[in-house]
Amino acid sequence: MNHWIIAPIVLPALLAPFIIMVLRYHLDLQRIFSVAGTVGLVGIALTLTAQASTGVVQVYELGNWPAPFGIVLVLDRMSALFVLLTSLLALVVVLYAMGSGWDKRGRHFHPLFQFQLMGVCGAFLTGDAFNLFVFFEVLLIASYGLMTHGGGAVRLKAGVQYVTYNLLGSTLFLFALGTLYAVTGTLNMADLAVRVAELPAEDTALLRVGAVLLLLVFCIKAAVLPLHFWLPASYANAPLPVAALFAIMTKVGAYAILRMYTLVFGPDLAIAEGLAGAWLLPAALVTLAVGAIGILGTQHIARMAAFGAIASMGTLLIAVSLFTPQATAAALYYAVHSTLAAALLFLVADLVMERQGGRIDGMPPMAQSGLIAVLFFIGSIALAGMPPLSGFVGKLLVMDAARDGGDFAAIWAVILISSFVTIVGLARAGSLIFWQSHDERHNTEPDPENEDEVIHQPAPEPMPGLTFAAVFGLVAGLAAVTLFAGPMMDYTRATAAQLYAPQGYIDAVLTGDEE
Amino acid sequence: MEALLASAVGVLTAAGIFLILRRRTFPVILGLSLLTYAVNAFLFATGRLALNAPPVLNKYKEVAYTDPLPQALVLTAIVISFGMTAVIVMIALSAYLSSRDDRIDMSAQDSVDAAGEDA
Repeated sequence: MNHWIIAPIVLPALLAPFIIMVLRYHLDLQRIFSVAGTVGLVGIALTLTAQASTGVVQVYELGNWPAPFGIVLVLDRMSALFVLLTSLLALVVVLYAMGSGWDKRGRHFHPLFQFQLMGVCGAFLTGDAFNLFVFFEVLLIASYGLMTHGGGAVRLKAGVQYVTYNLLGSTLFLFALGTLYAVTGTLNMADLAVRVAELPAEDTALLRVGAVLLLLVFCIKAAVLPLHFWLPASYANAPLPVAALFAIMTKVGAYAILRMYTLVFGPDLAIAEGLAGAWLLPAALVTLAVGAIGILGTQHIARMAAFGAIASMGTLLIAVSLFTPQATAAALYYAVHSTLAAALLFLVADLVMERQGGRIDGMPPMAQSGLIAVLFFIGSIALAGMPPLSGFVGKLLVMDAARDGGDFAAIWAVILISSFVTIVGLARAGSLIFWQSHDERHNTEPDPENEDEVIHQPAPEPMPGLTFAAVFGLVAGLAAVTLFAGPMMDYTRATAAQLYAPQGYIDAVLTGDEE
Repeated sequence: MEALLASAVGVLTAAGIFLILRRRTFPVILGLSLLTYAVNAFLFATGRLALNAPPVLNKYKEVAYTDPLPQALVLTAIVISFGMTAVIVMIALSAYLSSRDDRIDMSAQDSVDAAGEDA
């Protein structure tokens, strides 16, 4: 067995208690260990991705229990891709949190951060449906701590709402898993796939109920309309670096939908017909539309970034809901892009909020306004899907994949019109934040000496170099996703091929270790 | 037995959802707890209802046994929901103490305050 598969879970799981118990009062050491751990995670994720790109599905049996009886971790192309994305995003976020001093504004930022990584990586790697629930809870309980990090009445209030919503989601998850177990007698995903395929058609009513309940749970995670209500308030009121990390959490929902509805309730299966795609596509279209309208309508830059995250989930789930190999390849590419783009927008929103507050309005000018304006511009181009960045490539791929389907007119119309609305909304916000502030200054303070003073005001972050390095890291990531779109599409196409031929996955899990 | 368990799950779920819709932290937390009890009882039933049967196989004599896996699932679910209830009680308490308001829905006033406070 390849023990590296469990490393992305074990490393943060050991690091977090170490930080909380040994380094409790040493912020500098906490930072060093947290960054070192995250860098280690990137290294592990790169190794795993290199291994998975050969196309072999590797299985890790916990406690050496064979598959349907014990819990297994499964490394295939899709899980490796998402673990790598998580680790890269985490590295950027932890650097930004240090540079901006967010990790000092409350206690236990770094341990919670590591626990969050443990939950996210575990959710991507597990091959057992109940274990997926457990890792969901791990990542959620860490996210409750991170979301209320720093305190404040409004943030705590948003936190209560967020926790309540997610506890309801967890209860629903348990109901769904119970239903699946009652029908099939197993919770191992590969075993579930075998049993579901064998089930006689007249016994599937309960199973279909379970499948739809499960879809609802994942849609809550992915913030699909009409289950998105938790997202704007929680992301906008969370510390924004944390919200940038949460950009991967909505992708956990999309990942789980892709995994369960290609492996267990595959598109070829007669009983799964009309379960996922038929409901998901209209919901995704409305999600995208509401996200775009939200960007245009909001008065707060953090809420705008949150609606940007919702809109990008809409585009992603349109591609997911088509359930064809081509569309899934596009979806995976867009998932990588939209995670980076949403995180970039959240971090830029934090830079703006630290300097002049979050209102999208003519506010006094801020330090490093030019640099932040450039970053906001890049983030907007990426999010709206304008050339030359990867959002354009991603949306093009999604629309190309939708071309053959019956709903092509609706999909194209919604994607194109909402892109336009997004551009207008972001342009309006950008001009109000970065241009109008200068106009006001010229009106109120015509004195040139005074103007110099204003421009050279210091950045509010303790380490502005590190913050900007982190943000430019994300920009570099977006540029890389654009430049290497060809190799990435080769990888995601191979991933989609692997997903739509689930027999390889099932054999690897159920017949044990065969490398 | 089946009717008893099914009605218990139904009544607990209904009461839980009713309480959650009250939108004040105390009833909401009670409602979440009731929902957890409902789901725990439901999980037990997924292994079929067997009375007075051990959850282990006995290879020496023929005995009825009950499925042990749902019991393990319920145990995990109880532990997790217990921890989650503790977390939400703490967050709800600190939210109440800092805002003197125990409603869980956020009004427009709250959002405006958020913008003002962080500025």
